Amino acid sequence: MLRILILALGVLTLLPTPGRAQDLQTILQLHTEEVENPGRQTVGVVIEDLIAAEMPVVPVFLTHWQDREIVLNAEDGRFYALVDDADGQATIRDLDTGAESTVAAPALTEVRPNGGVRREIAAALVRFQLSDPAPANRRAALDAIARQPDADQIAPLAASVEDEEDEVIRADKERLLNILTARYGDTTEARITAIERLSGRITPDARAALSQVLTTSDQIGTGEPDGNVAQVYTPGDEITRAEAYGRLVDEGLAPAPVSPAAIRDALIANIEDGAIAGVPVAEMNTDAARRDAYERLAEAGTVPPFVPDEQIDAALESHVFYAVYDEDDPLVTDAARATLRSVDTQVSLNKTADLALDALSLASIYFLAAIGLAITFGVMGVINMAHGEFIMMGAYTGYVVQQIVPDYTLSLIIALPLAFVVAGAAGIAMERLVIRHLYHRPLETLLATFGISIALQQLAKNIFGTQARPLTAPDWLSGQLVFNELVAISYIRIAIFVLAGLFLALLLFILRRTRLGLEVRAVTQNRGMAASMGIDPDKINMATFGLGSGIAGIAGVAIGLYAQVTSEMGANYIVQSFMTVVVGGVGNVWGTLAGAGLIGVLQKSIESMNPSNTLAAQTYMILFIIIFIQFRPRGIVALRGRAAEA
Amino acid sequence: MTLLEVDGISVTFDGFRAINSLSLSMGEPELRAIIGPNGAGKTTFMDIVTGKTRPDSGRVVWGEDNRDLIGMSESAIARAGIGRKFQKPTVFEDQTVRENLAMALKARRDPFRVLFRRADNAGRIAELADEISLADHLMRKAGELSHGQKQWLEIGMLLAQEPRLLLVDEPAAGMTPAERGHTADLLKRLAKTRAVIVVEHDMEFVRRLDCKVTVLHEGRVLAEGSLDHVTKNRDVIDVYLGR
Amino acid sequence: MTDATMTLPHRTPPVRQTSTFGFLAALAVFAVTVTVLAEQGAISTSFVKTLGKTLCLCLAAVAMDVVWGYTGILSLGHMAFFGLGGYAIGMWLMYARTEGLVVQSLASQPLPPTPGELRDAIGSQIFGVVGSSDFPLIWMFADSLFLQLMMVVLVPGMLALVFGWLAFRSRVTGVYLSILTQAMTLALALYLFQNDSGLRGNNGLSGLQNIPGFENTSQAALSLGFFWASAVALALGYLLFAWVVSGRMGSVLRAVRDDEARVRFLGYHVESFKLFAFVLTAVVTGIAGALYYPQAGIINPNEIAPIASIYLAVWVAIGGRGRLYGAVIGAAFVSLLSSWFTGGGAPAIALGGYSLQWTDWWLVLLGLSFVAVTLFAPKGIGGLVDLIADRRRPDRQGDYGPDKGAKRAEEGAE
Repeated sequence: MLRILILALGVLTLLPTPGRAQDLQTILQLHTEEVENPGRQTVGVVIEDLIAAEMPVVPVFLTHWQDREIVLNAEDGRFYALVDDADGQATIRDLDTGAESTVAAPALTEVRPNGGVRREIAAALVRFQLSDPAPANRRAALDAIARQPDADQIAPLAASVEDEEDEVIRADKERLLNILTARYGDTTEARITAIERLSGRITPDARAALSQVLTTSDQIGTGEPDGNVAQVYTPGDEITRAEAYGRLVDEGLAPAPVSPAAIRDALIANIEDGAIAGVPVAEMNTDAARRDAYERLAEAGTVPPFVPDEQIDAALESHVFYAVYDEDDPLVTDAARATLRSVDTQVSLNKTADLALDALSLASIYFLAAIGLAITFGVMGVINMAHGEFIMMGAYTGYVVQQIVPDYTLSLIIALPLAFVVAGAAGIAMERLVIRHLYHRPLETLLATFGISIALQQLAKNIFGTQARPLTAPDWLSGQLVFNELVAISYIRIAIFVLAGLFLALLLFILRRTRLGLEVRAVTQNRGMAASMGIDPDKINMATFGLGSGIAGIAGVAIGLYAQVTSEMGANYIVQSFMTVVVGGVGNVWGTLAGAGLIGVLQKSIESMNPSNTLAAQTYMILFIIIFIQFRPRGIVALRGRAAEA
Repeated sequence: MTLLEVDGISVTFDGFRAINSLSLSMGEPELRAIIGPNGAGKTTFMDIVTGKTRPDSGRVVWGEDNRDLIGMSESAIARAGIGRKFQKPTVFEDQTVRENLAMALKARRDPFRVLFRRADNAGRIAELADEISLADHLMRKAGELSHGQKQWLEIGMLLAQEPRLLLVDEPAAGMTPAERGHTADLLKRLAKTRAVIVVEHDMEFVRRLDCKVTVLHEGRVLAEGSLDHVTKNRDVIDVYLGR
Repeated sequence: MTDATMTLPHRTPPVRQTSTFGFLAALAVFAVTVTVLAEQGAISTSFVKTLGKTLCLCLAAVAMDVVWGYTGILSLGHMAFFGLGGYAIGMWLMYARTEGLVVQSLASQPLPPTPGELRDAIGSQIFGVVGSSDFPLIWMFADSLFLQLMMVVLVPGMLALVFGWLAFRSRVTGVYLSILTQAMTLALALYLFQNDSGLRGNNGLSGLQNIPGFENTSQAALSLGFFWASAVALALGYLLFAWVVSGRMGSVLRAVRDDEARVRFLGYHVESFKLFAFVLTAVVTGIAGALYYPQAGIINPNEIAPIASIYLAVWVAIGGRGRLYGAVIGAAFVSLLSSWFTGGGAPAIALGGYSLQWTDWWLVLLGLSFVAVTLFAPKGIGGLVDLIADRRRPDRQGDYGPDKGAKRAEEGAE
């Protein structure tokens, strides 16, 4: 950078300064050599001059130059833009006047700037585009700068901010200018101000700018570390001793240690008559034997000797390992470090917020999947392994409706109640035919409903095939609600959340405020007594089971919208659903809510610690639940006392 | 001498005080009847002594070495010498009378001893079966017995345990008058060598036992003494007849 | 449990002995018959393997019957122990076989390999599929057959001990316990599915049918050998459990099943007895797994998925709980029937325009017949024996009948 400036300065003093009256061709003629065979180092001079000329044709020329459309006409030694080239005759255009003429093609030499030069040209062009009348071009220019930030862009960018009319682009320009100033600003004060202005900004480019300021390179020295030191590495502490010695070897400051592979290669190279240094090859099957043989070869001077440990110690002792900032000014790096810390805090806060949203939506899915189970398992004490298949049934109902009703919104409106009816009817049928005969034998119920579960799963496979079926959400549910770069939530998840909330309210209403709820609670608490008061327990059980299964059907539609519909989708939720009910506390809607919340938050938090491994997250979550049940066997919301033991 | 000392126990279920600083002392041997209206805390009291329910406060001191029973498991308390007879006869219906008795016989109860020490004490089982008049039914399954026979079998199992303290919950419920007499006699006989606590509703039965009576009400001891003494007590009359 | 056997005098009832000896005799006849037929080539090697595997499943089912039918713990996690036993032996099989191959391929090198080089080469051979070459810590003993055989017993035993201790101590019972055991299996399966579980993720361990040291023995002879080993293991396991469930131990276990609170008041530490049954059956199931997987040739985490354990419970229920031969009948019957149906052995049924393929419909049939068994024949296939042997005895209040007074009424109510 400095060299270019000196060079440019030298050129400028040697050559006559191009005046305002001059045309483009004149400037080009001053730099014939640089235009014709531009190099990355030399092209800067031409570009400087062209920009300084402030002529409207300059960007046009630069564009042609970049696109390799400039030719040198040998007849007059002038540069032209090539318009067309056919049958040995080429049409060329004068760069200043725009007049077109035809010449013989062999007279023209194409100017072919290489990639590096073209990048320089493009950078220069950006300045012109910054003030381009078309907003799209201005935006493109900003993107170009952001992609390849450069000190030279500060001035043009700053100049273009003033006249910017578009509010948004203006804000973007200011933001970019700030980032550029932070990295390349002239004065320490300007840079520090710019850096401090970056605090609280969580966009990736701001963070990139800060970390660019803070890039380091590793150094090895013998005395006190010099420069803007970022960190001193103590061998065996911040870096391993082997690593530290490896650096010394890389720098040529110490002899390379002999690796096992090197020993091996040296031994193989020195096999003579089935023996190495007199020892039979067959005995070389331990590391100790190989070292011995190598030692002997080394004594004979055939191979370089081992580096003794003392020598390694001494080498490490006599050197200092440290990293220095590429930025020399400690004030700038200090400010950048402080700002980066505050930005990191902001980022982790935002990430936590995003995690919380994720956890919330997962919790509402678990809640939806489990609440039906909470009713049948919690209120009636019936364990229904086929609950997952009712979820699946609801999802397939949604799929079938979508095949018949093409309008996604309408089909969703039809599918939700229909899924309730289908799954609810299936639930009632199961209660009548199977579960009714198995009350008070929960383990048998578990196995019988499991039989139903595998039968239904296989049935779905036979009907719909093994491949996943899509359940498409209407347009108004696609996309996501974006809060900022880090916090966003898809509308489907919001819809599921709302649905879960509605069901919570509905269930609480049914159980607490309606006749059905009263009767359900009466049957739950004392079946015999309820029966003697004229409540038909059979009917109540049927209604409860229908309600629980129907809700599973609706949950199926909701789950199908964001995951795919397969015959196994229910099975994937069944264990989690039971966990939710058990962790939350049986027989209590609030308990299920608490269980779903706990499991959702837990799963997302564990996942966030190791995002690449969701399997591990699930494993640890289940382990946690197993341990949790040790301490609260009755769940979070537990009934206590004799009532709970009855 | 004092065998069981219940000292100021209280327990609350969801805000309801089932037992309210209850104190009671049992000697050995002694026969004691506990009476009281529904919800007086009779069953909860037995639950606490046998380790099923843990009180919020108070102590239950047992035996010569004054062990605190609170915090011990049900099985450890049972091994320490407290036997319990439930109101509904609870025997293992799927097993024979003989098996039921063999299981209850006093012996070491850790799994490996149970597994390897196979010989049971046939003589003792025959003796017990005689005592409970089930000698002819040893090989029948307990589930086939009549209600009364099940009651007897359960009592036989308690005897096999050789407890020092016997807690008996409404033994006379569902029995014919003849059986009641028989049962009262048996309890009185048992109480000659050990402590027996009988929880009972039936005043006639309690009168037959002819022993010290403790009246419980709302988790406290309302009165204590002979049956005649407590039935004259003003508070007791209020509680039983309503105010 | 309306076993006629329990009604006769003395601590080891003769009829029970009769049923045990009857079973052992039948097993011996079966094993000899299979051997003779296999020698004559009347049945294929793969069918001998299927029969050998079935015997292992029967052993697991017998263990399941003890823990569920006798002790009342519906464990939905016993196939996890089965799988762990398989993994334990599979590690040695895979290590030893790979070692043989690696030694062979390194023999052409100019220098004989050092132990370290050998280990690295084996490591990259085994763990190449999951992008690793280092031996995880759990493979520490993989080079020793003896230690891995110890692992077959210790790993399932320790897992059962820790899990059972935690679960029983906090008095989780009934369906809660079932769900918890299911969660345990699921957690284990999910863990093993990971590539960095150290057990090759979803690739599992393979090539287990090649037994190191028997490279020159034919698969036919090997399969017969494993068949006999499985038969002997089943016989020994059956004897062991028949002994355990007889006498006072059996009495206490069944009492725990029917009314565990009452057993506590008799002075038995219920948790210890449950733990005893849980751990013992887990160990036996692990041994069954260790015999099964060399015959299957491959083990992967799918084998541990919760569904496998549920099938185990299904077999026991169909065969008849609370009688050991019932579990054997159930496991053999259902698993052989299942491989007949799913293997395409059963003829398709033409239903007008629809051809009913059993490969598609077998699971539907199984599921529905399972519901039917639970509803109409709670004693399972073994119940037929009662019909023949014990016609006189009136039906009484028992555990498995549909009557309301069944003792199980209390379980799961917590």
